[in-house]
Amino acid sequence: MNAWQSLLSGFGMNCVLFALTLIMSVPLGLIITLGTMAKFKPVKWVMKTFVWIIRGTPLMLQLFVALYAPGLIFNYLVSSNPAVALNLKPIFMAISSNRMIPALIALVINYAAYFSEIFRGGIESIPVGQYEAGQVLGLTKVQVFFKVVLFQVIKRITPPMGNEIITLVKDTALARVIGVVEILQNASRFAAKGIIWPLFASGLYFLAFTAVLSALLSFVEKKLDYYKG
Amino acid sequence: MSILEVKNMHKSFGDTEVLKGVGFSMEQGEVISILGSSGSGKTTLLRCINFLETADIGQIIVEGNIVFDASETKKRRASQIREAQLNFGMVFQQFNLFPQYSVLENITLAPKLLAKERPDFKQRKKEIFEEINADALDLIERVGLSDKINNYPCELSGGQQQRVSIARALALKPKILLFDEPTSALDPELTGEILKVIRSLAEQNMTMIIVTHEIGFARNVSDRIIFMDKGVVAEDGTPEEVIDNPKNERTKEFLSLINQK
Repeated sequence: MNAWQSLLSGFGMNCVLFALTLIMSVPLGLIITLGTMAKFKPVKWVMKTFVWIIRGTPLMLQLFVALYAPGLIFNYLVSSNPAVALNLKPIFMAISSNRMIPALIALVINYAAYFSEIFRGGIESIPVGQYEAGQVLGLTKVQVFFKVVLFQVIKRITPPMGNEIITLVKDTALARVIGVVEILQNASRFAAKGIIWPLFASGLYFLAFTAVLSALLSFVEKKLDYYKG
Repeated sequence: MSILEVKNMHKSFGDTEVLKGVGFSMEQGEVISILGSSGSGKTTLLRCINFLETADIGQIIVEGNIVFDASETKKRRASQIREAQLNFGMVFQQFNLFPQYSVLENITLAPKLLAKERPDFKQRKKEIFEEINADALDLIERVGLSDKINNYPCELSGGQQQRVSIARALALKPKILLFDEPTSALDPELTGEILKVIRSLAEQNMTMIIVTHEIGFARNVSDRIIFMDKGVVAEDGTPEEVIDNPKNERTKEFLSLINQK
């Protein structure tokens, strides 16, 4: 396999991590948003603390935690409650069978925390008058959210979401620290043999991918730009 | 029978008592302007009447039916509140149009959503929507914006936006139309067009409550003026009684301050 092919197959993993993380972290982020905006104080504080921990620690550290924590938990279960441990063994086996799974868990949780703050900011930026106007027109709370507020939120959060999505493309490369075979992993194997250029070439893949994404995002922004406010 | 009766309305925000027992009643077709200095409770009164705020004490009676009673132990369901709310149309100081919808869509959004609750909606969906559109176009013509049907709120002047919001409120055929300082966010040269629309509504016998600072307009268009001071009705009477011959000291003071401007 030549270097370009090796890089390409590595980048396939980056793309898979990117797509799966995006698909899963958006809904999880919405759930976290509901939590951080909850009127019930304990839920709110638990969720806020959670977001603080995830945003306040390095993603690289979170990848290590996602890799090692399941094994530690399993060992603890074996010593404290062997029956439960035996029942749960298939789940732990599945998690530890493929390095991609802890990498995904860490990426999804990390990005969900960031997304949740973007969603919260977007929702809170909608003037209260929009809710009141919907209310006096006899709309239910659900209708006010879906027919009045949601679209305005989407318009407002598109630029910051675009930022995070582009960052995510590059953060997938961090998965190599827990042994996921991705593009930088492959490139550095060539570098170890004294062939440096694949390392630089790997950057081209990222550039090409983010260029496509940027174009897509600015297309969406233009579409949403038919009104101001 | 009065179309609206408000009884002994009290409302506090924290330690501040904003309404201290406000009551009045009005007849079908009557136009009432509520005057008073900032902080006198006029806007809060309006917001309590249409359920944007919940009064601590008091009753609201529409055509003899109690639609709100603060002393009720059981809370009313959201659907009951919505139903009661639809007796009133509301025009906001800041217009509060939906920016992502065109003029026509702003006006038809609520009627179309409400139509879904009609029993014959499934069979007659198309006809119902056509009726709603026709009604909306009619309203747009009445407020003089027929050439702006497909424009978005951001493309309209403040006065035009406020006219759309009046049409939007009228689209649900409310029994009583409430205005919360409808011209306060507008340049002086744009207030005239709003006042013109309100006057034409008054001529068509629309029942209206207008919170305003436009004394001249209030005198001109209203059947009755309520002057509020520190959370109570200080004076209630015809424009001649309240504006030209005020009895209350605070009313006199307020009017002389306005006249100085």
